[in-house]
Amino acid sequence: MKVPSLRRPRMPRRLRFPYLPRPGLALAAVILLLFVVAAIRPSLFTGSGPTDGDLLETLQAPGGDHWFGTDQLGRDVFARVVHGARYSLTIGAAATGIGVVIATVWGLAAALGGRFVDALLMRTTDVLLALPPLLLALMVVLITGKGVVGVTLAVAVSAMPGFARVIRGQALVVRRSGYVSAAIGLGVRRWLIAAWHVLPNTLAPLLVFATVTLGISIASASALSYLGLGAQPPTPEWGAMLTEGQDYLGQAWWIAVFPGLLLVVVVLAATVLGRHAQARSDGRVWS
Amino acid sequence: MTATTGAGGAPELLSSPAAPPEPPEALEPAALVEVDGLDVRFGSGPGQVYAVRDASLTLTAGRCLALVGESGSGKSALARALLGLAGPTATVTARRLRIHGEDALAFRPRDWLKVRGRRIGLVSQDALVALDPLRPIGREVAEPILAHRLLPRRAVEPAVHALLERVGIPDPAERAHSYVHQLSGGLRQRALIASALAAGPRVLLADEPTTALDASVQARVLDLLGQLRADGTGLLLISHDLGVVEALADQVAVMREGVIVETGPAAEVLSRPRHPYTIALLDAVPGRRRRLPVAGADTATAATAAGTADRSAAPDDRSTASGATLEAPPLLTVAGATKRFRGSRGNRRTAVDDVSFTLRAGETLGLVGESGSGKSTLAGLLLGLIDADGGEILLAGQPWSGLPERERRARRHLLQLVPQDPLSAFDPRWTVARVIGEALRTAGVERRDRHAHALTLLEQVGLSSVHLDRRPLALSGGQRQRVAIARALATRPRLLVCDEPVSALDVSVQAQVLALFRELTSSLGLATLFISHDLAVVREICSRVLVMKDGAIVETGPVEQVFADPRHPHTRELLAAVPGEIGRAYRARFEAGHHQRPPETGQPFFQQPSI
Amino acid sequence: MHPAIRPVALRLLGAVLVIWGAATAAFGVLQLIPGDPVNAIVGTHALVGPEQRAHLRAEYGLDDPPFAQYLDHMGRLATGRLGDSYQLQQPVWSVITDQVGPTVELALWAMLSAVVLAVAVTLVTSGRARWPRRISSLLELVIVSTPPFWLGILLLTVFSFHLGWFPVADTGDPRSLVLPVVTLALPIAAVLTQVLREGLLTALEAPFVLTARARGSAEHSVRARHALRHASLPALTLAGWFVGTLLGGAVIVETVFARSGIGRVTLQAVADRDLPVVQGVVALSAVVFVAVSALLDVLYSVVDPRLRRRTGMAAA
Repeated sequence: MKVPSLRRPRMPRRLRFPYLPRPGLALAAVILLLFVVAAIRPSLFTGSGPTDGDLLETLQAPGGDHWFGTDQLGRDVFARVVHGARYSLTIGAAATGIGVVIATVWGLAAALGGRFVDALLMRTTDVLLALPPLLLALMVVLITGKGVVGVTLAVAVSAMPGFARVIRGQALVVRRSGYVSAAIGLGVRRWLIAAWHVLPNTLAPLLVFATVTLGISIASASALSYLGLGAQPPTPEWGAMLTEGQDYLGQAWWIAVFPGLLLVVVVLAATVLGRHAQARSDGRVWS
Repeated sequence: MTATTGAGGAPELLSSPAAPPEPPEALEPAALVEVDGLDVRFGSGPGQVYAVRDASLTLTAGRCLALVGESGSGKSALARALLGLAGPTATVTARRLRIHGEDALAFRPRDWLKVRGRRIGLVSQDALVALDPLRPIGREVAEPILAHRLLPRRAVEPAVHALLERVGIPDPAERAHSYVHQLSGGLRQRALIASALAAGPRVLLADEPTTALDASVQARVLDLLGQLRADGTGLLLISHDLGVVEALADQVAVMREGVIVETGPAAEVLSRPRHPYTIALLDAVPGRRRRLPVAGADTATAATAAGTADRSAAPDDRSTASGATLEAPPLLTVAGATKRFRGSRGNRRTAVDDVSFTLRAGETLGLVGESGSGKSTLAGLLLGLIDADGGEILLAGQPWSGLPERERRARRHLLQLVPQDPLSAFDPRWTVARVIGEALRTAGVERRDRHAHALTLLEQVGLSSVHLDRRPLALSGGQRQRVAIARALATRPRLLVCDEPVSALDVSVQAQVLALFRELTSSLGLATLFISHDLAVVREICSRVLVMKDGAIVETGPVEQVFADPRHPHTRELLAAVPGEIGRAYRARFEAGHHQRPPETGQPFFQQPSI
Repeated sequence: MHPAIRPVALRLLGAVLVIWGAATAAFGVLQLIPGDPVNAIVGTHALVGPEQRAHLRAEYGLDDPPFAQYLDHMGRLATGRLGDSYQLQQPVWSVITDQVGPTVELALWAMLSAVVLAVAVTLVTSGRARWPRRISSLLELVIVSTPPFWLGILLLTVFSFHLGWFPVADTGDPRSLVLPVVTLALPIAAVLTQVLREGLLTALEAPFVLTARARGSAEHSVRARHALRHASLPALTLAGWFVGTLLGGAVIVETVFARSGIGRVTLQAVADRDLPVVQGVVALSAVVFVAVSALLDVLYSVVDPRLRRRTGMAAA
């Protein structure tokens, strides 16, 4: 019997590239680059360490000495935010990477592995997609426990089912394409067809999709940290900093506002670049 | 079909409440649309391009002007300009543009709204997308009536039914509730015509009105348009298909790159073209090069006449080749090949039904049939891309179907496919060099020799080394098809399966590619199975023909014989449906024999099987 | 089987499979958690002797082999019994029914305002003028890139702490619902607007729109009768998907605004490893998903006749 699928109707994947003022794209690239540099060498931007507190200078408003002010322990918020880039970027990128790798194996196995494997894997994907991504992430954290590693895996697992669907769908399209049947007709061996045609043409749109998702992964990881499940204080992870700062909203808004602002900037830059890549690749081949 | 004449009351019913003022000199053909010196430009500044340049034409009641040209020649832009719908980026200027005597150059947007649908109606290509798929056709047909507030609401529905009946849609009351996807191609196009007629315009712009249709359906829609013209509608027929033009047009204007290069009465332009482009266009039409003598009363004499006339007039090498092939052993033997597909609700559909034939070296065999008749599935079976459910296929005397892929792979080089849509048959990331290289590799050509080999192949198909580094998207349609042929030849095949290889091409390109086919198959001694829905093409290049219907071969024989004396009713129907010259002879015979065209029914929905 | 029953039966079977799969996944997570589950029951603060531990183990059926536990768990689930919370000393069922009210209230208001806002903004910004569209799409991009928890904190800082317009925490005052609803609705509205406008602009380029214009229909009528309906199809898919993610949004929003509700219960249960509650929430999510999917299917076939199942003969 054909196992019925509780199919979630296809998500619209293509969006018209939003209007951007001309320097917008370059700006996004420069910003992302700056954050990457900050993640690798935070000392280029700030002299103080993320946990260097001065109890005489607590809750200082933003100003000349402390651009983003100081927090309840007198730590420089700017320094902490700069050092925090490492956590947010690494977790987001690692989660997306892990998600893509698992999804590639998963999706290709479903598309090329025969009817039974396909049904098993895709019904499992359906179940995973039926749960809210955050709930899925919370369940992973249950297994791994709190911490940076747990959050990375959690974000990877919650992004994976969506990736897997893209991969499988694209692999099926490629497998039924005219150029694959042309290669079969020429007598090219199966594994060569998989390596030359199916894999490259399947991965290209996925990588674009993953770029768009990078921003979302960074935000999701921060959300989990904000909820107290990821990086723990005094780690200068942006989400965790927000949790600490929320208690002082009435007196010192800058503790919570600046980490969030940088988070928005980084996510925005990644989204702009991803959408641009998507628009370009759509315009070229996959429409 | 009886409805077309029977429901003559419909237009009066609609136009009587607010009929456009009749010109007093009703006996003289009135000029409904006058265009002089029309330019349509897109963009602005230095990047501005002309889609139409200095076009002049006049549309009169009861006459059909055909605008002929290849894709991109500016035909559609001209038509849209007549509706004020050239688009926000377009600039339209003219010395004179009068619609029903009013100066359209002074129109404000509100004035254009009054013209559209009411003075000039539009019928586009492919009703499947030209009618809103989410609304029942009755609502679509009613829209112009409501937009122009022609009738009170309760009178709209009967008017819609009358319109549907007028265009020949049976059971109009019921069909008004149908959606576009539930109708056959012919009925859809009729519904689209009904919606264009609904507000009673006296001019109809028909932009490729039959292009997406099968030949027999096309013929019926052309009948309907002819009927409308006879009823006094002024037609602007836009088409690339000279057969369609010949069937309908009184006047012809030939358009090329935005400019009307020749214009005149249809009979004159089509028989004595003056402009070199018109001559080239006419020469490129398949079937024109070898004219069919007018079919006399005695079909048997016509058949022999056709045969002998041809052989004496054009002693091509095909007749000698076919003589030689009789002794040659069959290259491909198909015996009882059958393929069934599981339908959507578990019912099985036979796509290929007990098909048998042989193909010898040097022979060009045509396979014709309408879309959905199983031609492409049969091609898949022959190529070993689809597994047969029954029957046997022998390739060069050895078993072929049913072999495990491992054994089949070694012999795949013997037969190659030339696809309908070469763009999708190339990996979009690959250059031409790599595409052909892949084929050469399987043919056992060493890596260092591949470049030279690829170049030779490209030259063989009329391309050069500059094309080696191009990607498929950067090639024109004709170039792509040439690359596809080069790739097919790379494995030194003995048999080519060509699946509608020229149907996506403009006529002039089509003619060049067909000439290339003829040259290559005779010089290389290839056997060819040539699949096409276009009988004129098959007639031109094949020596023998198979006619397919619903998965089965219903008629087979030498081309001359089948064309001169078709035995099976379906073959006759296919032939009679060919617009223009070839079809005319059969239509004449058809009607003389009091044959009725079978009633239009839904074609079986056919989903291309996955490979 | 009767042709009309078959699709319904298949759907039901699919729904059961999803709920079963989700429950199985939740059970699997329970098995994968390292350490002694009794620790989760007794918590970290209590000193509990080995005998008591053994007693608890037997009481919760944790001694049985995993497969027997699985069958037992599924059997209870099938009859609607979700078990007792480890921490809250009450049945999971009553925990959920107690807390679901505020979350549903929040979610419904958020969804409603998001849809209304999206349709309004789309219609205003999809006209000929370019600037409204550019400004709107830039704004949408920024909102989509803003993590909801920070958006909530920002709104709190500005409107509660500095302007004092809205209460800081849930006081039962209807005004205390405003900021949470805005936090939850804004990102949804931004994405919906992007998709709706994209759909509208695409539909306006479709051949049937040219046909409609050629009939003399005015621009507003072309939009209302033809384009908007086509644009609503992808937006519907997206809206359905957002309903599924609302539980995740509720976890964040309820934390930021210190509201009670299912989100807080879920987060607390995860922090405390209160597994029966987690399983209950997972089952609830699966049921919501199934219900929303069914509703979407109905809506689809209302909007798009091509998706209606053909009963009887298809018109020729």
